[in-house]
Amino acid sequence: MATIVAEPTGIPVVEEQHEMSFIRRYVFSSDHKVIGIQFLFLSLFFLLMGGLLAMLMRWQLAWPGRPMPFGGLFPETMAPDGIMLPEFYISLVTMHGTIMVFFAIMLLLVGVFANYLIPLQIGAPDMAFPRLNMLSFWTAVPAGLIALSSFVVEGGAAGAGWTSYAPLSARPDLSGVSLGQQMWIVSLVLLGLSSILGSTNYITTVINMRAPGMTWTRMPLTVWALFITAILGLLAMPVLSGALIMLLFDQTIGTHFFLPESGGQPLLWQHLFWFFGHPEVYILILPAMGFVSEILASGSRKPVFGYKAMVGAIVAIAFLGFIVWGHHMFQSGMNPLLGTSFMVSTLVIAVPSAIKTFNWMGTMWRGNLHFHTPMLFAVGFVMLFVIGGLSGIFMASAPFDIFIHDTYFIVAHIHYVLFGGALFAIFAAIYYWFPKMFGRMMNERWGKIHFALTFIFFNLAFFPMHTQGLAGMMRRLYDTSGYTHTADLQWTHLLITISAFALFATGAIFAINFFGSMFRGEKAPPNPWNATSLEWQTPSPPKHGNWEQAPVVYHGPHEYSHPDVTDKDWLAQNERPDIVSPAGH
Amino acid sequence: MNWSLPENIATYGGKIDAVFWVITVVTAIAFVLVEVGIIWFCVKYRRREGHRAFYTHGSKSLEVLWTAVPALAMVALGFYSANVWAQIKGRNSAPSESLQISVRAKQFEWNVTYAGADEVLGTSDDFSTRNQLHFPANRPILIWLESEDVLHSFFIPQLRVKQDAVPGMTIPVWFEATKTGDYQIGCAELCGLGHYRMRARVTIHEPAAYETWIGEQIAARNGTGRPTAVAAAADFGEVGAEAGGHPGDAAGHDHSAGGM
Amino acid sequence: MEAHAMPYYGGRTPEKGMAVYTQKVGMWVFLCSEVMFFTGLIGSYIILRFGASEAWPQPGEILNIPVTAVNTFILICSSVTMVKAFAASEMGDKRGTRLYTLATAVIGATFLGVQVYEYHHLLSHEFGPWSGLYGSTFYTMTGFHGFHVFCGVLCMTWATVKAFRGGYDGGNYRGLEVLGLYWHFVDLVWIILFTIVYLI
Repeated sequence: MATIVAEPTGIPVVEEQHEMSFIRRYVFSSDHKVIGIQFLFLSLFFLLMGGLLAMLMRWQLAWPGRPMPFGGLFPETMAPDGIMLPEFYISLVTMHGTIMVFFAIMLLLVGVFANYLIPLQIGAPDMAFPRLNMLSFWTAVPAGLIALSSFVVEGGAAGAGWTSYAPLSARPDLSGVSLGQQMWIVSLVLLGLSSILGSTNYITTVINMRAPGMTWTRMPLTVWALFITAILGLLAMPVLSGALIMLLFDQTIGTHFFLPESGGQPLLWQHLFWFFGHPEVYILILPAMGFVSEILASGSRKPVFGYKAMVGAIVAIAFLGFIVWGHHMFQSGMNPLLGTSFMVSTLVIAVPSAIKTFNWMGTMWRGNLHFHTPMLFAVGFVMLFVIGGLSGIFMASAPFDIFIHDTYFIVAHIHYVLFGGALFAIFAAIYYWFPKMFGRMMNERWGKIHFALTFIFFNLAFFPMHTQGLAGMMRRLYDTSGYTHTADLQWTHLLITISAFALFATGAIFAINFFGSMFRGEKAPPNPWNATSLEWQTPSPPKHGNWEQAPVVYHGPHEYSHPDVTDKDWLAQNERPDIVSPAGH
Repeated sequence: MNWSLPENIATYGGKIDAVFWVITVVTAIAFVLVEVGIIWFCVKYRRREGHRAFYTHGSKSLEVLWTAVPALAMVALGFYSANVWAQIKGRNSAPSESLQISVRAKQFEWNVTYAGADEVLGTSDDFSTRNQLHFPANRPILIWLESEDVLHSFFIPQLRVKQDAVPGMTIPVWFEATKTGDYQIGCAELCGLGHYRMRARVTIHEPAAYETWIGEQIAARNGTGRPTAVAAAADFGEVGAEAGGHPGDAAGHDHSAGGM
Repeated sequence: MEAHAMPYYGGRTPEKGMAVYTQKVGMWVFLCSEVMFFTGLIGSYIILRFGASEAWPQPGEILNIPVTAVNTFILICSSVTMVKAFAASEMGDKRGTRLYTLATAVIGATFLGVQVYEYHHLLSHEFGPWSGLYGSTFYTMTGFHGFHVFCGVLCMTWATVKAFRGGYDGGNYRGLEVLGLYWHFVDLVWIILFTIVYLI
């Protein structure tokens, strides 16, 4: 074994690749930065698609049975005379959830930022397996296209909800959807494969590719969050894949996994789905927490308050995330004693979430707060995530969940967490890292307008759903007007729909700013935010291979306003300490 | 216009509503603390020229405090909730003298079977109604919930009861109403394209009136030989509830089903 | 700052010792995912079997245990040749590397052949994935294992070609070591599946 020791372990610093065709450079690129940006365009496209589906649903809910504008564009099987059919509405419900969860938010958080940021922030030249990374992207693309194209096949898109509870999802004769449901399955199996390949890559990269001096406790919280997220994806995704394939077999080759007529168990699907699904929920929020921690520190010009507790909270949330899945199933017919234990583990998960929230406040406390757009979105994230987190306590309590399970209260909760939480953090991250990605700044004024309008319309659109839920309005109803106990709440649907339209329109401000700044934005300096982590110590955008020479790390990740540094209020991770190394790291 | 929970008519409903109010108070405190804190910090510590942030990596004692307090609150809430949960949904929580009724859900209707005069299910004098559930107030009711095809969920908001119906399982659900009146069963679990119109009428009688109703049903069944289920459905005026029936015609207009 | 390009040492300083090489870490990580995949399948099997209302067929009632026992032995042999191939490559034994990679690929393919024969036999006796929970779980679990062996055989075929071209000469054993990890994992899964599906 003596010969090995002499060898370098990882990939050597990449030699400059001069001649690359357009296709190798921008389409089948193995550069993590290009792949990250490819994921960005892909996932923003799906965000738009998911949003459009939501707008159609909102129309139906506010004006049930009224012809939609441009409704004539839809075929007879979806909306004859522009009036939406119930089966089309259920397809919209299903595909809005599927596209947003799997192809918009998850790809935005993990596909985009894990790819783009991990190598840059740990000082690596690229991912551990660049070609595997490329494969991961090019598996996600057909997955998304299959999901979208299922709308136009016979029977329409999947119609059993994004959770696709069996037996409805396994019985085309009962759902009326056969090919669409199968395409849904194939799409998610492919996406799962893409995600597993990506996770393998991220984890290996973080374990083995850190620059000299980048110890575990010097990693930026973004990297920590993405690393733990990758572990969640690695362990949860294959369980979903297995369950999906069983579901596919039930539909196609006549197996009986979830079909009770031959001894199969419908609840087994729920257990498998949520064993994946709850870690998935944390896949959708942990990276957001990482971005926000980092942007709050940079915007407050202070180190993250309680770095180690923050890391511990991420790990705790991830661990607990694997033992709480049953809280989605309190009313499913599962043994009530099991419900009790899931309730306790679920309530415990509120503790690390509380630690994170208070530490974010601690980070802002006595800071010197710069309210640039990323900081605004990060503060907005904390304010809205708190609402989503607290509303989660209501449904974590099994007895009260009896009442609010499957009502709009759940819809409100998930949107406060995934839109107010994850998507606000994603906007913060896009505004923050855009200069690094494209070498230009996004427009600040329009960014602030985008924030203000998004914040207002988001709350107007989703807060009233709490009221609807508490009144007992059930979710996934094509028309809620038939129920007497919520008959006088139709006006809330109207308010929500109008706000949702405005929220969707606000997206145009972002789109114009995003694409406009890409070409016409102000040239970005290497470090526009005076930030400390390694990616800011390279040119904007960084070259292929990231570093002329490997950076050497001397400090923790968020050394802002160190008292021994007097000429500026930040100390980059790779700045040589002429001073005494800051305490604690 | 009701801003909070709908009217409660269940004996155990008060316990569920109490859980709601306890959580509301706890979360409201946390909510105000955090939101006001953030806004206050945003104003107080906004950027000032020449100002420098206070350099700190955290505070052990503070972090222990804000770990311990939520942890204690959550554990307390857990014990409290577990107790209420066991009383309502625990395996043996249903009172022994309950009136037993069988409810079988299918796309997109609720079929209710009553024990008849002998008050024992599974005997020859059982009879069924479609999309109507009748029971007396002030007496525990035990529903044996089943499903024929896909998942459904039995939800009566005012009774604070919700339970998924799972094909292949028979799940006990119990409740006791404190007052009479007309309510609705809704389906709370997505069950197909007619999910939104899978409703049934709930009629809660005075105990004596319930006996009368049972008697009428038995008499009607014996007298005419006409299956009561069909008669009931006809009385009820349900339309568009045929499984597999094309829903396009119903596109949100079958208020006859909802206008009960 | 150091003037020369520094290799990456997993955040450690070079003096502290050697990290495991990247491909090997990657395979270990990937195998964690595979463990969860099979855990999901086996867990479902356990839940379905214990929840089944009808009696589960006795061992040997439907499946042919002796044939599969021989097949299990064949697969274990392929693990032995896999180890040999890796050891030969590590010691610079060119002939051994080629011989044993080829042997592993061939033995793996033999296992698959027997499995195909078994499927064919069962299907011709009207025992298919539609045959109750027993058929559903049997075909899904063994089928997915077979798929993994199939992928392994493809890789081993590629590795054999590479070995004959001298790709693992000169102590370049890493490819074989990483492939070996996967191969042994798939074997291990089979031993578990054989036990719970055929024997218990």
